Amino acid sequence: MADSPVVRFEDVSLHFGSTPALDHISFEMSAGETRIVFGAAGSGKTTLLKTAMGLIRPDSGRVLLFGQDITDLREQDLFDIRSRVGILFQEGGLFDSLTIEENVAYPLLNQQVFKAEIAHRNGTENRSVADRVRESLSFVKLGQTLEKFPSELSGGMRRRVGIARALVTAPALLLYDSPTAGLDPITANTIIALILKQREERNTATILVTHRYLDGHLFANFRYNPSSGTLERASRIAGESGRVSTKFFVMKEGRLIFEGSEAELEASSDPYVRKFLRHGSS
Amino acid sequence: MLDFLKPPVETFQDFFLLSGRAMRNVFRSPHYPDDIFQQMDIIGVGSLPIVMLIGLFSGVVMTMQMARALEQYGAQGQVGQIVSIALVRELGPVLTAVLVAGRNASGMASELGSMKVTEQIDAMRALGTDPVQKLVTPRLIATSFVLPLLTIIADFIGLIGGGVIAFTLLHISGSQYWTAAWKALEYNDLVQGLIKPFFFAVVIALVGCYYGMRTTGGTQGVGRSTTKAVVVASVWIFVLTSMVTRIFLYYK
Repeated sequence: MADSPVVRFEDVSLHFGSTPALDHISFEMSAGETRIVFGAAGSGKTTLLKTAMGLIRPDSGRVLLFGQDITDLREQDLFDIRSRVGILFQEGGLFDSLTIEENVAYPLLNQQVFKAEIAHRNGTENRSVADRVRESLSFVKLGQTLEKFPSELSGGMRRRVGIARALVTAPALLLYDSPTAGLDPITANTIIALILKQREERNTATILVTHRYLDGHLFANFRYNPSSGTLERASRIAGESGRVSTKFFVMKEGRLIFEGSEAELEASSDPYVRKFLRHGSS
Repeated sequence: MLDFLKPPVETFQDFFLLSGRAMRNVFRSPHYPDDIFQQMDIIGVGSLPIVMLIGLFSGVVMTMQMARALEQYGAQGQVGQIVSIALVRELGPVLTAVLVAGRNASGMASELGSMKVTEQIDAMRALGTDPVQKLVTPRLIATSFVLPLLTIIADFIGLIGGGVIAFTLLHISGSQYWTAAWKALEYNDLVQGLIKPFFFAVVIALVGCYYGMRTTGGTQGVGRSTTKAVVVASVWIFVLTSMVTRIFLYYK
């Protein structure tokens, strides 16, 4: 089981009307690996993430999550496997009517796996959920916002709450949909640092959708140093030992037109691929 | 060649799938009683003042108009009979339902639509909740429960409004008005007057939620869904009332 890929796409295609959203996509990634997905708006990045956790069903092909084929699973049967995946939505996806604390506690209180786990512990459940929520919120440095509503927070803070909610269940796979979109560079870098810190501490498989080359560059070359609390350039040895295994994808009109390392990405002569490089380096 | 039929057929199919799931969930756990009571409060208590007001004025207007028509036959004293039949069978259920459609089908479509475009519906599914169970079924149960109650209140207030006009303007005694109104009603009328709001409630909740859940295209899309929900729900209310009336007249 440990060797089976965390996510595997086998020739997955999906159309919205006559427009292809995913066009014969195949790839796989293992535990501890990171994939950075670049692509223009409407190129299928978000659809790729949502298909990976069964929120969207493909028209053809197979999607395997933790070795299990989820392509034809019923919605009710998907809940258990989804509980092992954390996702940060592009629009945040925070529930307006719930406080920050309730938002972060939501997966613990609603996913059957965790509900059963909490019930098993008998009596200490509230404390346990509250502790995990606080721990997750303090990880994103928002421990003081428990009673607030999402509308009272800034865009960057809401994004961080989204990360806290994705992390609270300690998932084995994390999907980030444009975590830095629309944010100023300082906030964007704080968010990337948090995601890197999470990867460092738990070694979770991660798919990051972004349009900022810098995000991918940081992921491929930097790691979080827990003692200094800052990002440091990862040593080459660390990279070669597989500790930091980052691959880049570039999507265009639903197709995966590039898959490779950062060096290969930079060496690419495809003008579409190079647009993302120039955008980031300018 | 028949491609133009595809979108409406797909809409029908999606609507009936959603309806089937929402109704099946009524008998399936988990249930969300807090959400059901919250919706009952929003739909029932929230609509009460406007429903009472419209009920009152429909009774008042009906009495004034009918009294004029009956005067020609010297049967003004029977105005209570016509007002009660018209209100209980038709006007009470339809006016209440159209009001609730305008107020709550739009509310449901815009609330669920906003949740859809901000990915809250996807977030629910990702975090272990079936959005149909959590959002649609409570609205369906709440509307089905409170709309018949609102209709009863609207009918009653309408009859009182009619009674006030009969007494003050037409100088018909209270007992004459009420006796005529009460005797005119048969079991068939009451059943008809209570079955209709139940059907209307199902339509209002499901149409409102359906258009909310299929919203795309940001805030503009939310506006479009809201408008569609009100228009479609209102049209279906009139179609259904015609059908139910026909069925009741047939079996009478």
